[in-house]
Amino acid sequence: MSDPKPTLDRADSRVTHASGIGGAVEQFIGRVKAGDLGSLPVIVGLAIIWTVFTLLNPIFLSPNNLVNMLFDCSTTGVISLGIVCVLILGEIDLSVGSMSGVGSTLIGVLWVNAGVPLPLAILAALIAGALIGTIYATLRNRLGMPSFVSTLSGLLALLGLQLYLLGATGSINLPYSSTMVNFGQLMIMAKPLSYALCLVPCVVMLVVGLQTNAKRRAANLSAGSSGGLALRAGLTTLGLLAVIFYLNLGRGVPWMFALFVALVLVMNYAFTRTQWGRSMKAVGGNAEAARRAGINVRRIYVSAFMLCSTFAALGGVLSSARLASASQQAGTGDVNLNAIAAAVIGGTSLFGGRGSAFSALLGIIVIQSIANGLTLLNLSSSLRYMITGGVLAIAVIVDSLARQSRVSHGRA
Amino acid sequence: MTERPTPKGELLLSLRGISKNFGAVSALTDIELDVHAGEVVALVGDNGAGKSTLVKVLAGVHQPTSGSISYRGRPVTLTSPSAALELGIATVFQDLALCENLDVVANIFLGQELSPLRLDEVSMEVRAWTLLNELAARIPSVREPIASLSGGQRQTVAIARSLLLNPQIIMLDEPTAALGVAQTAEVLNLVERVRDKGLGVIMISHNMADVRAVANRIVVLRLGRNNGVFTPEASNQELVGAITGATDNAVSRRESRMAEETK
Repeated sequence: MSDPKPTLDRADSRVTHASGIGGAVEQFIGRVKAGDLGSLPVIVGLAIIWTVFTLLNPIFLSPNNLVNMLFDCSTTGVISLGIVCVLILGEIDLSVGSMSGVGSTLIGVLWVNAGVPLPLAILAALIAGALIGTIYATLRNRLGMPSFVSTLSGLLALLGLQLYLLGATGSINLPYSSTMVNFGQLMIMAKPLSYALCLVPCVVMLVVGLQTNAKRRAANLSAGSSGGLALRAGLTTLGLLAVIFYLNLGRGVPWMFALFVALVLVMNYAFTRTQWGRSMKAVGGNAEAARRAGINVRRIYVSAFMLCSTFAALGGVLSSARLASASQQAGTGDVNLNAIAAAVIGGTSLFGGRGSAFSALLGIIVIQSIANGLTLLNLSSSLRYMITGGVLAIAVIVDSLARQSRVSHGRA
Repeated sequence: MTERPTPKGELLLSLRGISKNFGAVSALTDIELDVHAGEVVALVGDNGAGKSTLVKVLAGVHQPTSGSISYRGRPVTLTSPSAALELGIATVFQDLALCENLDVVANIFLGQELSPLRLDEVSMEVRAWTLLNELAARIPSVREPIASLSGGQRQTVAIARSLLLNPQIIMLDEPTAALGVAQTAEVLNLVERVRDKGLGVIMISHNMADVRAVANRIVVLRLGRNNGVFTPEASNQELVGAITGATDNAVSRRESRMAEETK
């Protein structure tokens, strides 16, 4: 009797392949040791931050405080999602704060002052974002201007535009009874719906996973076990159910946060499962190789900068709803750096070529936890800035160290 | 040596008067080159002779300053790497041009992914294994980033990628430079297999043994100009003379000294 023919990808006897749950754990530890940290640092960091703040002030972990935090996460989180796009290319956009300020100002000026219908005002803000992003990309593509400089000048220019549009009054209040403000401050997902949505990831994971496994077996490739798949899907759903149950003890899941998560999921799909996402990572990893492979590198830059500024404008629109006003303060202060810090803390590399949409979600929760916890402790904003700065420094150090480790383990 | 008559294949690629200047430096001057279907053209020359520049012109990476390129009888302009790929000219660059942060499958299919809106990873992986197995490649896993592969393995991945689109012409810039003995033989076998399939092959190499083993014609470049076309039967002295531009040079002096010493 002869041995069964090995599958296509398991023919090489030099490679060890993980089998079963023990093997999966071993593989995970090996990956982390080699510097492929993924979301691990941010999850560990989050656990530490939450433990400390809960010990200092038990209100921190109360359901309603968490719900508030999720409202706050959504606005900067959306901006951070755009930052992930440019960071994957190894570029930066320093003007997202000002862009979000312009976005929120456009809502005030067009909708409240000029009486333009709300959807059109939002559309105008998004188009303004897309235009600004295209300008940055064009400066980079045609004139070779580093994005660091073009967006730094954009930061000032857009701030000026925001002040000009607001005029002498300096602040425009949004009507409190409007759907827009309700969305930013009150609207909560119905409890049955929130539980039902928990099942979606489980079903999607199972269906897609089983389909892939069947396809791989048919193609004579190794395939994961159905048991492991079911376990992962089950654990994910249980985790989600627990979180949502806890939030529902308070006010519940904000619709604005649901919108943010939906955007994260869409972007995650785009990054991992489309040609565009593959091209983004290729350009971030080695732009010349990508060009020679026939990828239109310029178009990739345009798409990334456009998305970044559009997300920034959308973040501004959401923050105008959250604050019920469009003011000179919108988008200034720490918004800019919080958005960039969130992406980096979440695990998107500043060096380009690596990143995930989920880093915006995880990173902004860390940033917002620190801000929220320090506010609960009645600490002044001076300390808040210093501590957030320290956390950002630690995140970048972890990123650099992990990168060195990846290079030495051949996983750059 | 086995008889290798010049094949009577269709004229695939024809270059006339190609020049390329980088500022004051003229890297290529009035280059003429013909490539027929089913033949291997070896491009040899010293460092700085313009071999890689010529390959980059044909790959659409650089645009020639003057001159004309015709492909299957029609004049073409290769404005971008994708234009060259679409015509059916595939290139394995000397620096390989791989993305180290992506895995083998992603690199092979870079820019040519199957079903762009819902990547078909399974089909891509199967095709990647098929291509690599055709090359008798020793790649442990196609799901590891390129950064974890050795130089020779990267070379094989780069060659596999060039075969993906069933090109008409393959250009190999120093394909055996980083390879072991067995892999070199495999690449030469591959070159012959590709040639027998009726494709045109342009191969750059400094290794005269490799060149003689597979080439139908040897085109010598020197200081950016054509410096003769030879058959594999040409003597080493003739070839070295054409490459270095002198019959009296370090190599010939050494050879004559050796000949005298053995007397």
